[in-house]
Amino acid sequence: MSRLLDVDMTLEYRHGPTIECAWTDALDERDVTVLLGPSGSGKTTILRCLAGLDRPQRGHIRVGERVWLDAQRGICLTPERRDVGLLFQDYALFPHMSVERNITFGGGRLERGAVAQRLRELLRVFRLEGLEKRLPRQLSGGEQQRVALARAVFRRPEVLLLDEPLSALDAATREDLRNELRGLIRSLDIPTYVVTHDRLDALALGDRTILVADGRIIQRGTTREVFGNPGTPTAARLVGVDTVLIGRIAAVADGLATVRIGGQELKAEAPGGVGTEVALCIRAEDVMVARTVDGDMSAMNRWRGVVDYDTIEGPFVRVVLNCGFRVSALVTRDAWQRLSLEPGDPVLAIVKAASIRVLPRGSGTGDQGSRTPSPDLGSRIPDPGSSAGAGR
Amino acid sequence: MDWTAVALTIELAAWTTAVLAACGLPLAYWLATTRRAWRPLVDAAVAVPLLLPPTVLGFYFLMSTGPESVVGRAYERLVGGTIPFSFSGVLAASVLYNLPFAVRPFAAGFAAVDARLVEAARCLGASPLRAFIRVVLPLSWPGVLTGLVLAFAHTVGEFGVVLMVGGNIPGVTRTIALAIYDDVQALDYAGANEASLLLLVFAVAVLTVTYGLQRRVVPL
Repeated sequence: MSRLLDVDMTLEYRHGPTIECAWTDALDERDVTVLLGPSGSGKTTILRCLAGLDRPQRGHIRVGERVWLDAQRGICLTPERRDVGLLFQDYALFPHMSVERNITFGGGRLERGAVAQRLRELLRVFRLEGLEKRLPRQLSGGEQQRVALARAVFRRPEVLLLDEPLSALDAATREDLRNELRGLIRSLDIPTYVVTHDRLDALALGDRTILVADGRIIQRGTTREVFGNPGTPTAARLVGVDTVLIGRIAAVADGLATVRIGGQELKAEAPGGVGTEVALCIRAEDVMVARTVDGDMSAMNRWRGVVDYDTIEGPFVRVVLNCGFRVSALVTRDAWQRLSLEPGDPVLAIVKAASIRVLPRGSGTGDQGSRTPSPDLGSRIPDPGSSAGAGR
Repeated sequence: MDWTAVALTIELAAWTTAVLAACGLPLAYWLATTRRAWRPLVDAAVAVPLLLPPTVLGFYFLMSTGPESVVGRAYERLVGGTIPFSFSGVLAASVLYNLPFAVRPFAAGFAAVDARLVEAARCLGASPLRAFIRVVLPLSWPGVLTGLVLAFAHTVGEFGVVLMVGGNIPGVTRTIALAIYDDVQALDYAGANEASLLLLVFAVAVLTVTYGLQRRVVPL
């Protein structure tokens, strides 16, 4: 029995950006949809509009038969009349109430027995037994999050909204809780929307992903589709293709385009004719690194450059090469030791033409991002001046 | 000691505090949460008694509520009698004059409460009133109590407005402060001393309690 969430709304800040988005989702009990976008892109505002905390000037929000918002008819249900559970970024637990009273806050009209039963159930699911009488400040970050989540779902809302659920935690806890959170959300059987700026959250939590940039939805689909097939350069940067290069097609032969960037020739599938501006997306794991090339090989792209710097990432080493443009490569530690390359050493970057994803650049979406790549969102090549490897 | 004056003073202070609790709390909450452009104007209107001499407020109050005024005529037709020189008249003027002493501490207390807590309460099904009672008040009670105590204490010590609006009618509008003035005029220094000492001790006690409250910030 899935209902339809039908959203089409516009919110203009008086001295700020405009948030404009429209989408329809079948609200399936088990689905987690992630709204992924850089900070300031408007994704939290979208969530607040769904919750009724912000009021769009135009548009509508419908959930099944119910109308939450219809700006034209002047309908805008207050938050308490919508059936949503909202998890705030820093949890917003009531500091003067015990865990128990925080969780049961939404149980106002229920009879006492039902409240007690639901409380027991949630304490068990969220592993909070024994903490009932504690105050929020006596809890760890992870416990606070579980209390906030238990509080949000107490009334079995129609939709659960999580605003940056992991950003208030330190890096180590974050990793652990990311997986835990997915399990918890799954066990709740409530359709869930998660706002995050971290693609790893999206990959870990989302069945579906909605990419948000500059107050607009730029792509949505299953997480696999969106991450495997970003439709625009901005989308590619958001989902974390490691190298995004922008240039113009200089020549096309046999369906293969030649793009000149930084004095090098890049070959990839041609999406259009000569002169077409394209974004070339190269994933670090598709880039090979070599000192020299012995004999012939099939790869079309062999760019000469120098090692810029390297950082260790788990079992791999992320190597950034300067070939007139920067390319990020991911190689095993073992291989990197064998090559024994130092920053400044000459090197070859080798990429198959088929591994380069070519996106024709449409009507300007995301131009600005390409010039100011933020390590947080897009090209994972950090600024040489900044601390290396900060993106992880 | 003029016990009639003492009783009247306490009555006036209690009523003033009650009215300020009823009107001042919503006003203060509005001031603490609104984003309207004309909020500074309301802020200023609330604070203006801090700067004005009580005679100015008393003068305008008399002018606007006298028997010739629109308000005065309406009052006479509906309730009978006049506003000036009555207890209700003094009460009304006292409420206006004490607005800043109550509303400003209220508003400061409310403003210190994280707005997201109210939003969280609303998302959990609470009406604005329920969110206020269950979340805002428990987290801002030192400010609310400070406002109530200050309003009460300040009314007890009020002189100018009561004299301007109430005249000096024993049992109706003559408060302790006015009784002291009369005592001094009549060269009854012993009587003036007794009443003055009472007010002095009261004021020191109230301020001690107030400062004590302000240090008792809810640990978060």
